[in-house]
Amino acid sequence: MTDSEEHIIDSDHHRFFNGIELWRYRELFYFFAWRDIKIKYKQTMFGFLWAILQPLLMMVIFTLFFGRALNVPSQNIPYPVFVFSGLLVWNMFSTGLANSANSMVNNSTIIKKIYFPRLIIPASSILVALFDFLMAFVLFIPLLIFYQQPLSWRALWCWPLSLALSVIATFGPGCLLAALNVKYRDFRYVIPFVIQVLFFLTPVIYPVSMLNHPFLQYILVLSPMYAAVELFRLPLISAEINSTFLLLSLTSSSLFLLLGIFYFRRTEDFFADFA
Amino acid sequence: MKPILEVQNIGKKFRIQHLSGGYLSLRERLENAFRFEKSHTEDFWALKDVSFEVQAGESIGIIGRNGAGKSTLLKILSKITRPTNGKIITRGRIASLLEVGTGFHPELTGRENVFFNGSLLGMKRIEIKAKFDEIVDFSGVEKFLDTPLKHYSSGMQLRLAFAVAAFLEPEILIIDEVLAVGDAEFQKKCLGKMEDVSKSGRTILFVSHNMAAVENLCKRGVLMDKGGVVKEGRVSEITSYYQQSFVGAIGTTWNTSKREGVMCFSKISTVLKGSQPDYELEIIFSVVSFDSHKKAFVAFDIGNSMGITIMQAIPQVEPFIHYSDSEQNFVVRIELPPLVPDRYVLSAWLGTHNTETLCWEKEIVSFEILDSPTKGRNFPHSFNNGFIVPVSRIL
Repeated sequence: MTDSEEHIIDSDHHRFFNGIELWRYRELFYFFAWRDIKIKYKQTMFGFLWAILQPLLMMVIFTLFFGRALNVPSQNIPYPVFVFSGLLVWNMFSTGLANSANSMVNNSTIIKKIYFPRLIIPASSILVALFDFLMAFVLFIPLLIFYQQPLSWRALWCWPLSLALSVIATFGPGCLLAALNVKYRDFRYVIPFVIQVLFFLTPVIYPVSMLNHPFLQYILVLSPMYAAVELFRLPLISAEINSTFLLLSLTSSSLFLLLGIFYFRRTEDFFADFA
Repeated sequence: MKPILEVQNIGKKFRIQHLSGGYLSLRERLENAFRFEKSHTEDFWALKDVSFEVQAGESIGIIGRNGAGKSTLLKILSKITRPTNGKIITRGRIASLLEVGTGFHPELTGRENVFFNGSLLGMKRIEIKAKFDEIVDFSGVEKFLDTPLKHYSSGMQLRLAFAVAAFLEPEILIIDEVLAVGDAEFQKKCLGKMEDVSKSGRTILFVSHNMAAVENLCKRGVLMDKGGVVKEGRVSEITSYYQQSFVGAIGTTWNTSKREGVMCFSKISTVLKGSQPDYELEIIFSVVSFDSHKKAFVAFDIGNSMGITIMQAIPQVEPFIHYSDSEQNFVVRIELPPLVPDRYVLSAWLGTHNTETLCWEKEIVSFEILDSPTKGRNFPHSFNNGFIVPVSRIL
């Protein structure tokens, strides 16, 4: 035993982000995600297929109503491709946000009995959504081939970047809601509503260009997910991206990330007392 | 050599909010914010100025009544909650077992649960893999390893849970009363395993009501009451001190000059009458009222030396104690079942409704039963076979 391992427990608040500690607990992070993925598809007949079926069915419904019936423009690519590409990234956000927002409450029995960096819980529940994303992505490629959709080389950097952005956009609000949910269970009812509203505020089923009013456009691009969705579609469309819009969306998601982690860290010491 | 664990003036304050629900709702929070008067909160110190040191390799038993602050202390030591003031210095890897089987999920198989639970307890994946066979061996559920946990009996779940915990190898092991459950044979196996751990030079902090287990496992004891350390020293001294001064000496009268709340007990004594198997316990008690109140009734809990409540007697469910400005005396007679010889402890409750407690005095007087309920039995009784020996005969 060495004295260098000295550790102090007191009432002081700790650092904003303790990377060393998180790194030490990286295996637990993986185990939480692994457990959630296993549980999610246990005792289901279709198993992992659900991760593919859900966006597929959504795509069909949106194509019928918005693409065919309402003739929503789709930036010169087939509407199904347009909507599926949006849904891929969006589902990652919406399931990730819902999972992480409820994660602390769902794991309250563990929180009350064992210590580990609490950030692991909302973070790992996003990993579950990432898994669903990868499953659905497997379907996306044949869909592109079916519609003979040309794909630019930009995909090689656009897609990973878009994925990283959506993880960031999910993690901030996820942490914030997870912490709030521990203290005020009202948020359990707020979360689905927020997600629903954001869905319509994010250009998933329609392009931003559809809105003529510039003021409305500026409000829309403040959605943290705007940048991720647009970047994901960039290799499919020939148009250039509006960098002001992108920057606004990025700023909004970074602010949420800081706020989320800050609030989470500030309140995590009391989770066990409240949960 | 510096102590492996230094607890320095630890205090923990809880703010008790008088709410209808268990948690805050946003509306209540907003209401409080707009109200200018102070909201209805009360500070409660679960721990006050707790200090002690633990040397490496030492095993310490923490004892005390319910509500003495033991669990809060363990939670702070395991970093689950933070102290309000004071600090703790640790010099080694801590693992805490406030519960066995934390994170066990009914849908996962036994194997999967071992890995997840092990990881939660701070084991590395390679560590779990290396010890996996031993863990399974110890638990004795190898046949069901790939069956979802929901199909396990509760005993099997517990065995598996404890097996994982038993193979933890921290420098400091913190154990809450996890042994209070489970079948006796397995309990013994676990205690044995823990003894091995303490002999191998590991530091153990053990909280329990089971005095025998504490004495077995620990060399030093810390007695806590009302959030503070009352006494520390050799474990046998501490346990006997606890039993004498806190549980109340046998046959004595408990009384208090404390005057709290609307009404409370002022005096309680017991007399054991008759003989086995038809013992009767007479409880002579007095209550005093300080303010007008609805009619109240009483309940008495009887626990054994392990701290397990064995029975509760409610002589009359209909509230019967009226308000009076003078002390009122009552006698309650309890027909005791055929109890195994042990030292029994009485707790007394007073309230107007089962959810409306006015006074609750825990573990205040004790009485002892020395003879077996079965006439002519000369072999000893063991808790492994239960706490009551019913009258039985051959027809």
